[in-house]
Amino acid sequence: MSLKMDVDWKPLLLVPALALLALPLVGSPSTWLTLTVAGLAMGMIVFIIASGLTLVFGLMDVLNFGHGVFIALGAFVATSVLGVMGDWTQSQSILANLAAVLPAMVVAMLVAGAVGLAFERFIVRPVYGQHLKQILITMGGMIIGEELIKVIWGPAQIPLPLPEGLRGSWLWGDAAVEKYRVLAVVVGALVFGLLAWTLARTKIGLLIRAGVQDREMVESLGYRIRVLFVGIFVAGSALAGLGGVMWGLYQQNVIPQMGAQVNVLIFIVIIIGGLGSTTGALIGALLVGLMANYTGFVAPKVALFSNIALMVAILLWRPQGVYPVAGSR
Amino acid sequence: MLRRLLSNDLPRSKVLAVLLIAVLLGLAFAPFVFPGVKALNVAAKILVFIVLVASFDLLLGYTGIVSFAHTMFFGIGAYGIAIAATRMGAGWDAVAVGLACSLAVSLVLALAIGLFSLRVRAIFFAMITLAVASAFQTLASQLSEFTGGEDGLSFRLPEIISPSFEFSEEPFLGVSLDGRLLCYYLLFVVAVVLVLALLRIVNSPFGRVLQAIRENEFRAEAIGYRVVVYRTLSAVLSALFATLAGAMLALWLRYNGPDTSLSFEIMIDVLLIVVIGGMGTVYGAAIGAVLFVVAQSYLQDLLRLGNEAVSGLPWLAALLSPDRWLLWLGLLFVLSVYYFPTGIVGKLRARSSAR
Repeated sequence: MSLKMDVDWKPLLLVPALALLALPLVGSPSTWLTLTVAGLAMGMIVFIIASGLTLVFGLMDVLNFGHGVFIALGAFVATSVLGVMGDWTQSQSILANLAAVLPAMVVAMLVAGAVGLAFERFIVRPVYGQHLKQILITMGGMIIGEELIKVIWGPAQIPLPLPEGLRGSWLWGDAAVEKYRVLAVVVGALVFGLLAWTLARTKIGLLIRAGVQDREMVESLGYRIRVLFVGIFVAGSALAGLGGVMWGLYQQNVIPQMGAQVNVLIFIVIIIGGLGSTTGALIGALLVGLMANYTGFVAPKVALFSNIALMVAILLWRPQGVYPVAGSR
Repeated sequence: MLRRLLSNDLPRSKVLAVLLIAVLLGLAFAPFVFPGVKALNVAAKILVFIVLVASFDLLLGYTGIVSFAHTMFFGIGAYGIAIAATRMGAGWDAVAVGLACSLAVSLVLALAIGLFSLRVRAIFFAMITLAVASAFQTLASQLSEFTGGEDGLSFRLPEIISPSFEFSEEPFLGVSLDGRLLCYYLLFVVAVVLVLALLRIVNSPFGRVLQAIRENEFRAEAIGYRVVVYRTLSAVLSALFATLAGAMLALWLRYNGPDTSLSFEIMIDVLLIVVIGGMGTVYGAAIGAVLFVVAQSYLQDLLRLGNEAVSGLPWLAALLSPDRWLLWLGLLFVLSVYYFPTGIVGKLRARSSAR
């Protein structure tokens, strides 16, 4: 999102570099293609979730440890919506399947956004500017949210099967590419495109970028950045809800603890990307997604720490993340 | 003498002083005043939690940084004893080796995490510790041949601190003098020494620098203190004390598994105790731990009663189910951060200084 004149290319090269580096380690090109598509799909889903969090931090210096709750919320809402629309999910036609998944996504986003509004009002607003309390309070909000989800949907794991038409995979030569993963990449690319367009081409985007750079200056020019921030928070929560639906479909099941699990990934992503940078979050998410899939195949025991190792390596190179955002503290 | 022992950090409130003395005496004579196996277990848990929470407070309350990996170090201490005792058999050498190894592991890990994340931003520390702790938890349950996996490890300790060892046939004041009692007093002495040591640390010039960093990082750096170094040292010290608390737990339970020492729920308990007791006071840890552990043993019973009382209303019953008690803890936690940020000790001190 930086000026077109001096685009910093080096971080952008990291993603293809990692993919190429993995090719000899994985061995067979067809397996590599399958893993790469899986990694990109996972990365795109993680990006959708992380984009809101990184903007919230960049704009208001608010670190929301409760972001994961919106992921779980979105996924659980989707189980209810898709459960109602059994006819369309069982149908062989992809159009009918999409007609079931789309409302599930929209409802999940609406619910997550609405809860996000309440979360901002009651949990985050009273502790603006106090980092320590923010971390504690949002963590508390996360616990409460997770427990409430258990109260409503029960503590057990709920299956979230893919609609009929989205199951299975396409064969490209020897490589099997799952249909849903391609869909996830497409949705992720759409979200990134929309986000990039909003940030780069609209007045609101201009204000957001300016606010990330220097909040006080934008305020002194007469813009009410708090209102903007509430909007970002709600949009970020809705995106997390959307990401939750996609993550649930990716895993084919949902558990109340999924928010906390994904949260860990997302923190790694936004640290890699540089807090406040959406492009950085995209690169971080893709790196994390690819890394998780490659190491999961090559050395499953190492997979646990591969993302942490990745973060360590990136931070040794650029301590503020790949795209440091000026102005944010 | 007393002033020196408490490192010049007196309670500064009569009510608090009375409470602290009550806690000390209560714990010192717990086996005699509160007979029964459950009461002794609660008392031992309180001792462990006082050390664990006080060490966390060194980081959260005094230095002002949040770590979510405190249970990781707690677990390292417990696993150190457990693994050493399983491999080397019941002997003091196993305990010593386990303790030394776990302290070394904690030292290295805390130093690495601290130097790495605190170098950039204190906020990274919270996120990175969360990531590392969750990875460590999975690792501990996966390396099952080493750690016993989800089942954990049961092990034997030196004869002298095990329940079967009798010092005398005659019970003393109605309490049988066995190894269990000795083990309790071992924990008691260790806890008192560790708490006094923590008091010494936070009231030393080093502790003052930590508080200065908490209040204003920039100014502390400007005066000439290397903020990174002090924060990392604080993280390391706190990790070491947590490791010792974990070792205490393992000595008492003679069992360790992922749920007993590594689970995220313990982390939440510790956060809650620090906030309720009072951040930035070692005494808060003591008061908070007693309140919390006692409440924990009885709040679930209370919820069960409430659950049965409203069993006609399924919604309310689901909210009041004993399984959902984390919900109420979370609410309590958020409310106390809002309305009660200085905790019990802070309130008591403020009240007595206003008078």
